[in-house]
Amino acid sequence: MNVLVYLVPLALALGGLGLAAFLWALRNGQFDDLDGAAWRAISDDDLPENRG
Amino acid sequence: MTDALDLALYVRRPLDGVAAMDLVVDGVHCGACIAAIETGLRKQAGVRGARVNLASKRVTVEWNEGALEPPAILERLEALGYPAYPFSAETADSVDKASEQQLLRCLGVAAFAAMNVMLLSVSLWAGADSDSNSATRDLFHWLSALIALPCAAYAGMPFFISAARALRGGSLNMDVPISLGVVLALALSVFQTVAHQRDAYFDSALMLLTFLLAGRVLDQHMRRRTRDFAANLAAIRADRALKLVDGGEARETPIAAIHPGDLVLVRAGERAAVDGTVEDGRSEVDQSLVTGETLPVALSEGARIYAGTLNLTGALQVRVTKEAGDALLDEVNALLARAAEQRSSYVRLADRAARLYAPVVHLAAAATFLSWLWLGAGWQQSLIVAITVLIITCPCALGLAVPAVQVVAAGALFRRGLILNSGEALERLAQAGTVVFDKTGTLTDPRPALANGADIAPEDLALAGSLALSSRHPLARTIARAARATEPISGHELPGQGVTALHEGRRLKLGSVAFCKAEAEAAPVAAAFPDASLIVLRTPERAIVFAVRQGLRPDARETVAAIGRSHEVEILSGDREPAVALIARQLGVAHFEYGLKPKDKIERLKALKAAGKRPLMVGDGLNDAPALAAAHVSISPISAAHIAQAQADALFLGERLAPVADALSLAAKARRLMVGNLWLSLVYNLLAVPLAVTGQVTPLVAALAMSGSSILVTLNALRARHA
Repeated sequence: MNVLVYLVPLALALGGLGLAAFLWALRNGQFDDLDGAAWRAISDDDLPENRG
Repeated sequence: MTDALDLALYVRRPLDGVAAMDLVVDGVHCGACIAAIETGLRKQAGVRGARVNLASKRVTVEWNEGALEPPAILERLEALGYPAYPFSAETADSVDKASEQQLLRCLGVAAFAAMNVMLLSVSLWAGADSDSNSATRDLFHWLSALIALPCAAYAGMPFFISAARALRGGSLNMDVPISLGVVLALALSVFQTVAHQRDAYFDSALMLLTFLLAGRVLDQHMRRRTRDFAANLAAIRADRALKLVDGGEARETPIAAIHPGDLVLVRAGERAAVDGTVEDGRSEVDQSLVTGETLPVALSEGARIYAGTLNLTGALQVRVTKEAGDALLDEVNALLARAAEQRSSYVRLADRAARLYAPVVHLAAAATFLSWLWLGAGWQQSLIVAITVLIITCPCALGLAVPAVQVVAAGALFRRGLILNSGEALERLAQAGTVVFDKTGTLTDPRPALANGADIAPEDLALAGSLALSSRHPLARTIARAARATEPISGHELPGQGVTALHEGRRLKLGSVAFCKAEAEAAPVAAAFPDASLIVLRTPERAIVFAVRQGLRPDARETVAAIGRSHEVEILSGDREPAVALIARQLGVAHFEYGLKPKDKIERLKALKAAGKRPLMVGDGLNDAPALAAAHVSISPISAAHIAQAQADALFLGERLAPVADALSLAAKARRLMVGNLWLSLVYNLLAVPLAVTGQVTPLVAALAMSGSSILVTLNALRARHA
């Protein structure tokens, strides 16, 4: 059972990491435009000739 | 005349030296549009950045202050092929967004806690709680408590706050039993942990919160989307007026920036955007959006002009007024105030269920406690059993039952062109017994159509249509549309009279009867179409008279017939008898009333209510606003007057009337599903009650009961997608 000493904190830390990532994404407006994000992934705006 | 456009109202200053503006861009649908707009705008000198939001069809532009004039951005977008409309984010909008984000944060926290606690619980159920391991079990319980208590305190806030509000107001809503269940489950679990007992219910409490928050988030998201959509439409319709500034210069100004006392110019063919009194000029005005009366009214100096009326013939200078002193507006406002007071205190289905359900559950728990005590158990054990009864009956599915159906049904209606203003509108819509239609602008298409097309030779119509293309006048546009004209004959427009042109050596005129001197030819047409406006094409040889009036919406007949099969249908109109009788006959509606004042419409609705037939009012005019507020439930077309839209429970888009019938049938189905869902979750909970009362409920049973019923209810709700 000694394994619990680090497994339980590890599980909590991983979960907490996920939660922190979610809250960060929320604050950054990642969920503001759910439709647009799907399209932006396939646009070529990172190529030099398309950069505005 | 090119009008200077004043956009100062819409410009924000997020940073020093940076200006920003939000625009509604209706034409974006895909990635290519995003790229075209964003790169196109960034290439404009001075622009710092542009960001398109595809979901809400808006774009935010930032530029260095002073580097360019705001109208240049609109021109740039126009040149890119995306007409844009400035939009000022309302405060209500940001409040909505903030509450959605808060709910999402709560959901994130609750889901995180539920998963971690479940991890600990599952290992206990899997055997870690054997008696030889009681130290491990206690450790797991303490860990669960450590996670669950702060997280539940945070994530449960929306429910606790709403429950506290209901209790303060002396009523019960669904959040009261939910809050009670969560708090008691946590308290009991802490108690069990301290006492080194086997069963703790941290996972149940958190799972309950997670499921319910998911429902709330969906509900809020749906509501925000429809509100965004309505705000976009408002921005597109956007009302601007030509403000006359010192020196007689006309400046196009958003009406939000126009104040009482300003002088505005309303040109022939334009809709007045503000209420006011005519300062100079005379004209005929179509007031159908205000009074329902289709015949134009002559206005001159000192006359009152209403926002939404269509100026037909001459330019008017209007002094903007707001103060009362006008018979119709005063009457409408007074009636509205009274109707708002009397607005039936409708109790939502879920709250009604909670009122019945909560006392029963609480009594059952109390009875369990007393029985166990009487049977000789200790008060501690009795209390534990009583609390498990409360936990197992906690209305997890009950809380999801109604919102889930609402979200699915509102989404289905949205796709069919109907926007719901409130969730409970769906429930009230399902109860409607009589459907009351206004005539003008509701049953009829607000855009006029050619009435005597059958009497006119195609070549005459084509000629008139080509000539009409060179006019801005609404009646001329109707002729051009009817003729499907594409090749304009360039003509000279005399404002308020008509157009003249020299075409293939012949002098042509298109315009009013007086302008074309065609009184003799016009008389028989006027007699045949008493409710129509006349427009004449004068060639050197003869005069052809066109009668233009508002026709029925294209699917009005089928829709009214379909509604008539399940509901009673009536027409209440402010228009004159012949016009109303004609429409009623065409639609096969037996009961119609005409020449009604706003007060009369309310009287009729009251009579219907008294007879137990809850009326659905469908109307668009300023004169319908009090009736829309007084009816059990109301729908407006999107072309309606602002004040009417504000009162309506739902808005329908487009020129078809079908969304009204769809709304009725989908609402009926949604209500059936809601009631079905409530029973489903009730029965599910009741099955578990005997176990709870006899003290057989373990945390595992509670977890299964809760998730099982929630999933069942959600699946059932998905059936609301199809009428």
